[in-house]
Amino acid sequence: MKTLVLAEHNGSAVESATYAAIAAAALIGGVEVLVAGFGCGAAADEAARLEGVDRVLLADAPAYRDQLAENVSALVLSLMPQFDAFIAPTTSRGKGVAPRVAAILDVMQISDIVAVDAPRVFRRPIYAGNAIQTVTSDEAKLVVTVRISAFRSLGVRDGACEIVSVSQAEELGLSELIGSDIVKSDRPELASAKIIVSGGRALRDAETFARTLTPLADRLGAAIGASRAAVDAGYISNEYQVGQTGKIVAPEVYFAIGISGAIQHLAGMKESRVIIAINSDPDAPIFQVADYALVGDLFEAIPEILEHLGA
Amino acid sequence: MSEVPVQSRIVVLVKQVLDANVRPRVRPDGSGVDLANLKLSMNPFDEIALEAAVKLKEQGEAQEVIAITVGRGKAQDTLRAALAMGADRGILVECEPELEPLAVAKAAWSVITDLEPVLVIAGKQAIDDDCHQTGQMLAALLGWGQALCASRIALSHDHAEVDCEVDNGRETLRLPLPAVVTTDLRLNTPRSISLPNLMKAKSKPIDIVASSALEIDVRPRLKIVEVREPRVRSAGVKVETAAEIAKVLKELTVA
Ligand SMILES: Cc1cc2nc3c(=O)[nH]c(=O)nc-3n(C[C@@H](O)[C@H](O)[C@H](O)COP(=O)(O)OP(=O)(O)OC[C@H]3O[C@@H](n4cnc5c(N)ncnc54)[C@H](O)[C@@H]3O)c2cc1C
Ligand SMILES: Cc1cc2nc3c(=O)[nH]c(=O)nc-3n(C[C@H](O)[C@H](O)[C@H](O)COP(=O)(O)OP(=O)(O)OC[C@H]3O[C@@H](n4cnc5c(N)ncnc54)[C@H](O)[C@@H]3O)c2cc1C
Repeated sequence: MKTLVLAEHNGSAVESATYAAIAAAALIGGVEVLVAGFGCGAAADEAARLEGVDRVLLADAPAYRDQLAENVSALVLSLMPQFDAFIAPTTSRGKGVAPRVAAILDVMQISDIVAVDAPRVFRRPIYAGNAIQTVTSDEAKLVVTVRISAFRSLGVRDGACEIVSVSQAEELGLSELIGSDIVKSDRPELASAKIIVSGGRALRDAETFARTLTPLADRLGAAIGASRAAVDAGYISNEYQVGQTGKIVAPEVYFAIGISGAIQHLAGMKESRVIIAINSDPDAPIFQVADYALVGDLFEAIPEILEHLGA
Repeated sequence: MSEVPVQSRIVVLVKQVLDANVRPRVRPDGSGVDLANLKLSMNPFDEIALEAAVKLKEQGEAQEVIAITVGRGKAQDTLRAALAMGADRGILVECEPELEPLAVAKAAWSVITDLEPVLVIAGKQAIDDDCHQTGQMLAALLGWGQALCASRIALSHDHAEVDCEVDNGRETLRLPLPAVVTTDLRLNTPRSISLPNLMKAKSKPIDIVASSALEIDVRPRLKIVEVREPRVRSAGVKVETAAEIAKVLKELTVA
């Protein structure tokens, strides 16, 4: 099977989500990568050096500048006669484009896969990860989105593959980006971080949340995450929410601090390699999944940890 | 369709799902999740969608709010809840239960083309199948623009301006109407249903449309091979002091 992977990129660089999508696509068939954007040649060059990629299709035109779902899905549809499968990472962009492609191809999309058992057999979590569904499709074309944390990058190689231009650009005018407020942070990205320090409602308010968790995250070079209760209470913004309806993560170490461990939160982090939980309630559900559990007051525990780390 | 719709309608998609507080049970034979006798509720994101539509109506930006659900007869309970939250009328597209998002989108599409709404609002995802694709599929079928994971919706006479939560922040989109918007949790806090409104809802109309009457193909496309419990994680060790956590971190060589 020939697969077309939608690259997640910021114009100049390919983002880690793309690596996961390529790794999944390689289990399905031969991989070509679509880089759609404006002035995004550098991202295409980077994609061409990724292990597993046979060819890069570059659509460089003003119509793709903001990577709007309507324009990009029309572009993908124009390319699909050459491919058997369309694969996108489960990111904001992937989730915007893939269902539009599937609907027009008149096939069902297989959302957020965590494993490829065979080229047409996939596993995906349902009910906040409380059940794993194995699905198969024998439709003419496959449309699949890939959970980033479930697939490891194939890495980078020395040489580069061919890059071809595919600009039959069309501005559909169905949406327009008129503003953006993208969080620039020196911290690792939540989705690809090796260590995550997450805080819950127990962190009291925005100021306390930042004052308490930042030193630990800084010391560990960690990303910061949050429960929905913390987000709802305004301690930190939405893009930091981990869980069923937030981000799904699987770092080497996940720190759950003052988080009760509701199933919706567990859905987002229980694939982490090591889970460390601090909670004052010995019966908190988070302790049922934690590898290391400290029953105690986080406001005492965190400074003590930092002290022992020699921070 | 006229430039400024005389009757500006907002359609909201509402789905009946297993209540968020109930733990689903996987059938031992691997055939699926057992929903028998468990509490069903409106998908939480659809409550947010409905609240948004009702607010827009209250602000005079819309004249009518129509809730649509696709599913079995008992999904009418969810339509009643939508009516009690302020929808003016409900439509049930009656189908067999094995509905995939593509089928839901097609069913909604065929009903919506006749309704000529200015806006369709759906949840960003349903908390059972977690597919997050129905709204986008519907937008594609209609040939409309889409704005996903909305945390703000403002309507003008021919445009919507929507703040969308994206992976690393927020984007503001401007869409010509009609358009499809899906909701995120920041958008609003859904109102609770009062008893008088619940009583009022009883007299609001619900139309039932048989999916067989629509010229659409709702057959399932995917085959579910099996549904299994996930790998269980066992509880680890209790540590007594913060010093031990620091030691663990050093051993994991992350610190
Ligand atoms: C192969 C297969 C077999 C299935 N078998 C069953 C089964 O036996 N029993 C069963 O109950 N389900 C079954 N389902 C689930 C199916 O019915 C889901 O409702 C459907 O897949 C919609 O996906 P979602 O809820 O994840 O949509 P999402 O795209 O996550 O939902 C987003 C939004 O779309 C709207 N929406 C979604 N569904 C509806 C709806 N039905 N009516 C109105 N609005 C809606 C809501 O606004 C919702 O917030 C099956 C699914 C598949 C793929
Ligand atoms: C449809 C739906 C989707 C959802 N999606 C998500 C999601 O994606 N992500 C998510 O996280 N949640 C989600 N939720 C919410 C989830 O159900 C919980 O409400 C939420 O995770 C609770 O957050 P919390 O643990 O921070 O708060 P709480 O449940 O209030 O827990 C706070 C914890 O802090 C502990 N504590 C208090 N003080 C201290 C102290 N001084 N020291 C140490 N510990 C202390 C308490 O013992 C308690 O366990 C969703 C809910 C629904 C209905």
